[in-house]
Amino acid sequence: MYKSFLIKYAEIGVKGKNRYLFEEALVKQIKYALKKADGEFAVRRTDGRIYVDALSEFDYEETVDSLKKVFGISGICPVVYMEDEGFGKLAQDVVRYIGDVYPDKRKSFKVAARRARKNYPLNSMEMNMELGGVILDAYPEMHVDVHKPDILLNVEVRDKIYLYSEIIPGPGGMPVGTGGKAMLLLSGGIDSPVAGWMIAKRGVKIDAVYFHAPPYTSDRAKQKVVDLAKKVAAYAGPVWLHVINFTDIQLYIYDKCPHDELTIIMRRYMMRIAEHIAKETDCLGLITGESIGQVASQTMASLAATNEVCTMPVYRPLIGFDKMEIVEIAEKIDSYETSILPYEDCCTIFVAKHPVTKPNLNIIRRHEQNLEEGIDELVKRALETEEVIVVHD
Amino acid sequence: MEVYLDNSATTACFTEAAKLMHKIMCEDYGNPSSLHRKGVEAETYLRYANETFATLLKANEKEIFFTSGGTESDNIAIIGAAMANHRSGRHLITTKIEHPAVLQPMAYLENQGFEVTYLSVDREGRISLQELEEAVRPDTILVSIMHTNNEIGSIQPIAEAGALIKRKNPNTLFHVDAVQGFGKVRFYPRRMHIDMLSASGHKVHGPKGIGLLYMRDGAKVSPIMYGGGQQRGIRSGTENLPGIAGFAKAAELVYQDLDHDVERFYGLRKMLTERISRMDDVTINGCPGREGACHIVSASFRGVRSEVLLHALEDKGIYVSAGSACAAHKPQPSATLRAVGVEKELLESTIRFSLSGFNTEEEIDYTCRNLEEIVPMLRRYTRH
Repeated sequence: MYKSFLIKYAEIGVKGKNRYLFEEALVKQIKYALKKADGEFAVRRTDGRIYVDALSEFDYEETVDSLKKVFGISGICPVVYMEDEGFGKLAQDVVRYIGDVYPDKRKSFKVAARRARKNYPLNSMEMNMELGGVILDAYPEMHVDVHKPDILLNVEVRDKIYLYSEIIPGPGGMPVGTGGKAMLLLSGGIDSPVAGWMIAKRGVKIDAVYFHAPPYTSDRAKQKVVDLAKKVAAYAGPVWLHVINFTDIQLYIYDKCPHDELTIIMRRYMMRIAEHIAKETDCLGLITGESIGQVASQTMASLAATNEVCTMPVYRPLIGFDKMEIVEIAEKIDSYETSILPYEDCCTIFVAKHPVTKPNLNIIRRHEQNLEEGIDELVKRALETEEVIVVHD
Repeated sequence: MEVYLDNSATTACFTEAAKLMHKIMCEDYGNPSSLHRKGVEAETYLRYANETFATLLKANEKEIFFTSGGTESDNIAIIGAAMANHRSGRHLITTKIEHPAVLQPMAYLENQGFEVTYLSVDREGRISLQELEEAVRPDTILVSIMHTNNEIGSIQPIAEAGALIKRKNPNTLFHVDAVQGFGKVRFYPRRMHIDMLSASGHKVHGPKGIGLLYMRDGAKVSPIMYGGGQQRGIRSGTENLPGIAGFAKAAELVYQDLDHDVERFYGLRKMLTERISRMDDVTINGCPGREGACHIVSASFRGVRSEVLLHALEDKGIYVSAGSACAAHKPQPSATLRAVGVEKELLESTIRFSLSGFNTEEEIDYTCRNLEEIVPMLRRYTRH
């Protein structure tokens, strides 16, 4: 019976003069998200609110699921609206609405009327009382509870009259595109897609870089990363995935540097390359899935060592998270199952039995000098041979 | 150059088989159960396939059944036999190196209260007939032994096993998983005391999704799927006619000149084994001689991770299989390789090469040259 949704948004409301920019971005993201749902929809802004109207047959569940992936939405209210044809007609409609939506009538309720159009003959208080009475007459099993009602029936008098009583929570955050763009280092593990999702939630558009190391990593490992980028794209819109062939750089480091520092030095080169691509594609920062102490390369000392090579801000939204907390989000955004597919990624193929956990920056820098002869050429070649995949949900 | 050496995984379909299938899908698409002419026309293909396989196996046409593949054939044979005979006994025998399509139904039956004996194998991957003889009991309802092992190519003494089982307990059914052996060896189930035999279309240049189950007339086996009663009730469902005819055509072609082809296979295999054996630190698994399958070579390259070698060869256009299906984060070394005593360190360094009639000496040479180059290079870079 619902043909429309009232979209509630939280933080946009407080953005002052820029509000329209945020609303426009939100409308754009809603339209993008609804492309995947069956049916035709109109998204309209009226009275400082956003409505999604179905113009054709549509699948309710699928539509709600699509809307649940749009950052900036705090609540999705399935709404019915009608022309104002007098209070008598409204009372009938309200009774029918309760009858249709709540088969079990043993519930408490409260009517919350709002009269945005001030020339309506009844004021809000009168509407609450009158409609409450009508409902009680129609359904004697129901009772009024003004403090903690089971059903809060909103009746809004505007250009039309709107009825809604359910609020489906949205993902919150801010519309993607309002916060610039950042480059996510996507590895194929559990953490990086979650990190990307969290930054996207703050309105940031996401591009990604993946380091591929054939023959040590397979095409399946690459496909897995594409699939993970897809999970992020479901929320963040299309993701441009830069695939960098890292094998030669990795083997060169293997030949020239102490084995226990391989991972750190390798990560420093990944950060350098990621920053290079980020700058070229107008990104304003890097994103990683690091969390303190999770592995040897994520101790405070190791993070300092990898952080040192970048001038761009590096966002690490999971820095204080435990693995379980990360897994919980990964499950929520449906990336977990893909992440745990057992394909080797390039960080683990040559990992030392006892990698350094407290790298000394001076020593690392000195050992990197061993690479001077050939590394620039290898990095250049890696950048020249990058493959870009535009990943849509 | 593209060299496909993963023919135990699947093979390229013969053009002639594919053409026939195309015709059946687009022109002669009738349902063989229909009463009208279209149905009768379709039925001729079914007859053709039944005759082809009956001739190849020296069997009766009503002993030929078509399934969705090797896995389904194995499942009908094992679960169907157990269901039909559980009142006579609840004991089954198989080997430790069977394909999962046999081992998993066995595990399922164990959960249902059946008892399963798993025969061990020697270093060459062969069972001991004595152990088999000791294992057969009055309550043994089924023995299931594969003909050719899919990982190392060892071949079991099927005819001897069949005779022995029937001598010990004439009521015991004997099933042979011949998915890897069919098309390389002639099977005469009656002569070999085989009651049921599984084969698969796509391993012999036929299409995927089609399998064969030979079932001796009078063998007591229940269906595991119920429906329209096609194929004498053993396998309900409209017959996969393109698949059935394509499989029959492919089987006809592979058996056409079998002796000559097998000699050719052994020649290529010998060339490959000899060249690989000359490399440092390489072990050939299974039976390298003529007791082993003519189309499978399993080799372990010490100090090289099979998955990496596989991808490095792939880069040169050479397609092989990692002998053990192991994953980086949850290693599950192959049960077959462990059963033949491949040392732990080599389990994840094992590659399977499997040949087809399309392979040439030039391709084998190209493969060996690349192995000789890639393996030492990969050994330089390892985990410490």
